[in-house]
Amino acid sequence: MSSWAERLENPVSARLRDPATSGYAGLVLGALAAFLSIPPIMTRSVTWPILVGIVAAMLGIWTVTRGRRRLGLGAIVTGLVGLGLGVLATHSGTGNLNAVFDATLIAQMFASATPLTFGAIGGMFSERSGVVNIGLEGMMLMGAFWGVWGADKGGNWVVGLLVGMGTGAVLALVYAYFAIHLRADQIVGGTAVNFLALGITGYFFFQLYHGNYVSQGVSTIPNVHLGFLSHGHFGRHFLGPAIGNLNLMIWVSFLLVIASYVVVFKTPIGLRIRACGEHPRAADTVGINVYAVRYGAVILSGMLAAIGGVYLSDGFGGGTFNDNMTAGRGFIALAAMIFGNWRPAGAFGAALLFGFSSALALKLQVYSPSASTLFNVLPYVLTLIAVAGVIGRTVPPAADGKPYRKQ
Amino acid sequence: MSTVDPKSSVPETPEEAAASGTLAASIALKQRAGGIVVPVLTALIAFLLGGLVVLATGHNPLLAYRDIFNGAGLNWIFHPTTNVANTAAYNLSQTLLQTTTLILCGLAVAFAFRCGMFNIGGQGQYFVGLYVANWVGYDFAHMNPLPHILLAVGAATLAGAAWAGIAGFLKATVGAHEVISTIMLNWIAIWVGEWLFGDGGPLQNSANATVPISNDVADSAKLPVFWGQQELQGLHIGFFVALAALVVFWVVLNRTTLGYEVRAVGFNPDAAAYGGISVKKNLIRAMAISGAFAGLAGGLDMLGYLYHFGQSDIPVSSVGFLGIAVALLGRNTAIGTGLGALLFGALLFGTTHGLSSNVIQPELAGNLTYMIQGLIVLFVGADVLILYLWNTRRKLRPQAKAETA
Repeated sequence: MSSWAERLENPVSARLRDPATSGYAGLVLGALAAFLSIPPIMTRSVTWPILVGIVAAMLGIWTVTRGRRRLGLGAIVTGLVGLGLGVLATHSGTGNLNAVFDATLIAQMFASATPLTFGAIGGMFSERSGVVNIGLEGMMLMGAFWGVWGADKGGNWVVGLLVGMGTGAVLALVYAYFAIHLRADQIVGGTAVNFLALGITGYFFFQLYHGNYVSQGVSTIPNVHLGFLSHGHFGRHFLGPAIGNLNLMIWVSFLLVIASYVVVFKTPIGLRIRACGEHPRAADTVGINVYAVRYGAVILSGMLAAIGGVYLSDGFGGGTFNDNMTAGRGFIALAAMIFGNWRPAGAFGAALLFGFSSALALKLQVYSPSASTLFNVLPYVLTLIAVAGVIGRTVPPAADGKPYRKQ
Repeated sequence: MSTVDPKSSVPETPEEAAASGTLAASIALKQRAGGIVVPVLTALIAFLLGGLVVLATGHNPLLAYRDIFNGAGLNWIFHPTTNVANTAAYNLSQTLLQTTTLILCGLAVAFAFRCGMFNIGGQGQYFVGLYVANWVGYDFAHMNPLPHILLAVGAATLAGAAWAGIAGFLKATVGAHEVISTIMLNWIAIWVGEWLFGDGGPLQNSANATVPISNDVADSAKLPVFWGQQELQGLHIGFFVALAALVVFWVVLNRTTLGYEVRAVGFNPDAAAYGGISVKKNLIRAMAISGAFAGLAGGLDMLGYLYHFGQSDIPVSSVGFLGIAVALLGRNTAIGTGLGALLFGALLFGTTHGLSSNVIQPELAGNLTYMIQGLIVLFVGADVLILYLWNTRRKLRPQAKAETA
């Protein structure tokens, strides 16, 4: 015999009563309000986005009254923004809407997110071990130039990838030596690495290629054709264009996220890395070689950031390079890592969000080239809000940025 | 630390200060430890390594450095003349033009350092000053020159202060690391600039709607030129403003209560708070003053010789970042920053526009500047050189005493 009281005790309804549930429901509905009026659903009446947006905001208010203030406020804002965007979209021409929100938007999101993912995961390894890596940008730039040089001279993109990773690792090693052994200030050292990479790549780009495009016919990182996805109506119009022809490194980046989660949180190596980042003295006491772990993590971060660079020049760019090619992507990767709270899945999610915003910025040019440019500030504004602690607090590893001194 | 080790209880060496103290404390100790020897050595090593790269790529480094020296107009001292028809004199005036900007960008980094913060956002604060000066300089035409210039420069300075103040405010109130927030603010400033000057942007050329370049500032807002001609990027009076800023920097830090509080917070925030100094107020204040220097640099550049700015100029500009190298090489002091700015100003102009050489192309030499800059920052940030000198001095001292006794 089940009474009301007993039923309330069971976990499912307990979860439903949890204010977090209504908060997350509000967030989802807020996104849905905007989603309703873009393809493929594309409702043309303003009723639906307004209705769904208001419900989302009300769920948010309800969440706030029950104590989850931040989550509730997030849901209210999402609901109102979703409502506004949805109403805006119903006033826009269907031709423009179809041009912006087609399946290639997803492919472009992955393409822009991949260098960020590699950089962010790399940065995460370094910072989890207690070394701040502002130099991601420089390491990525090294990979971008030397990767395409390797592919050009070695005749094969695999060679390019290895050369790129190697140069990223060398630069990371230099940085690691200064940051770990010489206990230089890590922010200063990272800044130096960025200048150094800018100078080295620019110098050799002119010395070896006279500042022109790398010669035609460089072996590039191939795309992965998944022909079987393009069957049927859904496959032809969505799956095929979205993920049927992605670059190999995009798929590698997905694997990297899973692998780095397993390594960092499920293996003894990951435990050691995290121990060095949280409390190096304790790690040293139990016999972990803090210096060795930090060297390894920093070099790994250089290699991963460099892969992101190689992808940029020899995959996404189709075998080209230009001065300062990364153009701040290393810093967005850093932002993605912080936004993702120093976790692989979080960093990946943030990289996708930032990749989506830059893909959307490109697509929105059909409306206004001027305003779509402004759209590019989104990753930086979001990160600024995140470090300010408005949407949940970001918590770096405890010993992040502090040089360790053996006793 | 229950058992007190008498040796390690007082941080006497830079090594201990770096391990236990704050950024400002360790830098102050390095300053005492190395004196002027370390920055000079650092720069020499950086030039040496840069020279090795030049040598390895088949150019003669000595001739290359000679040409850069001449390109910067430093050979002017052998034949001093004020006539800018002379190449050396013209090059020197251009080097000093760059020095003007770099002094202020260096001070922007140095002032925050003295309060224990790393202002990596000089570039963004510089850009914001530049944008505001362009807006005030163009939109407020038909004013008298003096009020117009003062208004534009003042607005640029305030804009830089406000932009950096955001980072200071976030640091003081919610503890957001200033390095992260200033990096983000840099990129926001960069993209806002792309938008402002891009086609259809608010500051974009009103006469020609397809060119992503701003309008020229009105003649009434242009700074007077005292060396050379206005049409040929002569040296403007902003140079003296920058020199005055060096003095102001020194006076504010060393002779005012504000400076005392800022330095106290930089050395040890806990001790400063215990002594009744508001840490939060000083973090915001120091950051805003830092930003004011960079914003002033942007304003003087816009009104002094740029007059307009375009989308394509934004990624090329790196003076805000050079300010980091200037301040670090100058050990965050007024005189050091001035000398560091002269060195980098000479490098900046001497390796690019001023360079006429058959040994090394400007494209290579310009990147050589970045390399040297990177190496200098790398070495300045490391304790090793300073430690080495400190230790040898300590070892030498008792020996010298023993010998004289």
